[in-house]
Amino acid sequence: MILSGAEIVVQSLKDEGVEFVFGYPGGAALHIYDAFYKQEDVQHILVRHEQGATHAADGYARATGKPGVVLVTSGPGVTNAVTGIATAHMDSIPMVVLTGQVPTALIGDDAFQEVDTVGITRPCVKHNFLVSRVEDLAQVIKKAFFIANSGRPGPVVVDIPKDITAQSTEYKYPTSVEMRSYAPVSRGHPKQISRAVDLLLGADKPIIYTGGGIIQGGAADELTQLVRELEFPCTNTLMGLGGFPYKDPLFLGMLGMHGTYESNMAMYDCDVMLAVGARFDDRVTGDLTKFSPNSTIIHVDVDPSSIGKNVSVEVPIVGEAAPVLREMLSIVKARKADGVVPDIGQWWDRIEEWRAFKSFEYDRESAKIKPQYVIETLHKITNGNAFVTSDVGQHQMWAAQHYGFNASRRWINSGGLGTMGFGLPAAMGVQLAHPDEQVACITGEASIMMCIQELSTCKQYNLPVKVINLNNRYMGMVRQWQEFFYDGRYSHSYMDALPDFVALAESFGHVGVRIESPADVEGALEEAFAQENRLVFMDFITDQSENVYPMIAAGGGHNEMHLKPSEADDVLLERELA
Amino acid sequence: MRRIISLLVENEAGALSRIAGLFSARGYNIESLTVAPTEDESLSRMTIVTRGSDAIIEQITKQLNKLIDVVRLVDLTEGRHIERELMLIKVIAEREEREEVKRLVDIFRGRIIDVTNSTYTIELTGPVGKLDAFIETLQGVEVVEAVRSGVSGISRGDRALR
Repeated sequence: MILSGAEIVVQSLKDEGVEFVFGYPGGAALHIYDAFYKQEDVQHILVRHEQGATHAADGYARATGKPGVVLVTSGPGVTNAVTGIATAHMDSIPMVVLTGQVPTALIGDDAFQEVDTVGITRPCVKHNFLVSRVEDLAQVIKKAFFIANSGRPGPVVVDIPKDITAQSTEYKYPTSVEMRSYAPVSRGHPKQISRAVDLLLGADKPIIYTGGGIIQGGAADELTQLVRELEFPCTNTLMGLGGFPYKDPLFLGMLGMHGTYESNMAMYDCDVMLAVGARFDDRVTGDLTKFSPNSTIIHVDVDPSSIGKNVSVEVPIVGEAAPVLREMLSIVKARKADGVVPDIGQWWDRIEEWRAFKSFEYDRESAKIKPQYVIETLHKITNGNAFVTSDVGQHQMWAAQHYGFNASRRWINSGGLGTMGFGLPAAMGVQLAHPDEQVACITGEASIMMCIQELSTCKQYNLPVKVINLNNRYMGMVRQWQEFFYDGRYSHSYMDALPDFVALAESFGHVGVRIESPADVEGALEEAFAQENRLVFMDFITDQSENVYPMIAAGGGHNEMHLKPSEADDVLLERELA
Repeated sequence: MRRIISLLVENEAGALSRIAGLFSARGYNIESLTVAPTEDESLSRMTIVTRGSDAIIEQITKQLNKLIDVVRLVDLTEGRHIERELMLIKVIAEREEREEVKRLVDIFRGRIIDVTNSTYTIELTGPVGKLDAFIETLQGVEVVEAVRSGVSGISRGDRALR
């Protein structure tokens, strides 16, 4: 059939099975918006800011494993979207971003709302395209989805000049993609896998360290089976939480800068490390010269450039997590049947000593609301089954430490880029993907202000997200660093004019609640989740002197953790509420 | 260590900026970069001369391979190879210098491709070291300008990047 470029865009999305497009219209995208008006198959979600569109699509992608789709106009539409594109890129989230562009003839003339979209997004996408002929449009969109969602996933931008969307051509959506320059590897090298298993089974002090690759690669079951078969300790990165059930005694919790004592000490002390879908990020490793000095490292990753980038690896395995772990499991079973049984009892004794420190413990007798208590109570109220999004800062770390994730795709946060403003729009994408599930956005009074406008989108589409605002009247993590490393000079980490969040939520048509006493926390959360069809904004007034522990200072080693609050915690100035 | 990385890339707008951008974004060093279409007009062939430790070179090749536009890549310095660079150099050549410069050009197997009363323009091809040596022997001769193409490289023997 003959379709216009704009109709091809919409029809291609439909043929790709897209449910939702998160977007915001504007001049260069108007033909495409007209095509949206004429159909009902793909639902367009109108956000309030393009950053919100990208985070919402990102949240949708993280919660479902399907690519999130964004549609924005040229110029400021694109520049506003860049933060969200970079966020998705750092965390390897599949996303397709369609951007309007000025007509081909005007490109390069500094036309109204023109930016070099391909140039501006190039360093923060997996790939991008500028469509130059309407005949190429369907093929390019097909390629964009293929690239975004294969190998190591990531965002792909398709820049479409307005004149292309007006021209017409014969439409046929391609059924397959052939790209001579792109062929992601899925299965790992069998010899390397077998060598890895031998190393693991011969280890005295093994550890399994996994990241977001387990989540994105859908390998949580495979990981869980392998860890349980080996009965080895397992730790997850911030991005990998939910990849292994938190309650399992084999789980050491999160590692890294704010990880558990037992996970970091075990990383430091281990003799064989199996890393899967994790990239040895600086927040995980600390000082590389002090990183796990005596271990032999096996690294499984779908992206060869992740392997050997930060630490040298003895056994590199390029492949997708799930098939590699499946193969490892079958070899482990075979070896065990032949009588090879690992004995790491002493190692576990050591780990249990570390675990006995209970490094996430906090003051439960405080008269002030402790943020950790709010998150523990949230876990209780939601049975640990909510989808939890977060913004960036202390609340993010407490959520990661204290919620306790049973399954993958439930913990949704900006780990790599650390984007404040991520939590609320991401929660919209999650709630649209899972309308019957409980969705909580854990945020702070600074982060929430960065995309607060999306409360309006939540109202329009009736998204009953539960916002848990841990309000300590500070940019908490900035304040914590200033307390520790700048002698308590709290330079610009406090806003002198915070809004009344209850009134603010109500003005958007939602329910607002302020909670000021620990005794009211549980009741407030219960009531909020009982209101199944309303967005409830809970403003928890928390203890503003609370810090995130344990902490490895930037540049420290895994064996150099600060475990306990210091006395300096009490010299904070009390800050007033709005 | 100095390495010569040869690539086949999709002959598409933006491919060059992706590669150049990768080097600047990750802080890798480019000594020279040449690019031109090949006998297959859908492909460009690029030669990049870079320096770095083995770990950095490994990252460079992996990151380049990760770019969607890169079809194939080889580190020529891993095997036997030939490298050539073209230089066009314009020098002042007057009176007794004219003979001397002409002799030097002959020794280096270059060619004088343009002549005025006071200048020669010389074409010289060879490995980087030969071009450097030629410039060194011109001591005392005033160089007006010099243009170097950057290195192009190819494997010796049957090996090929296709």
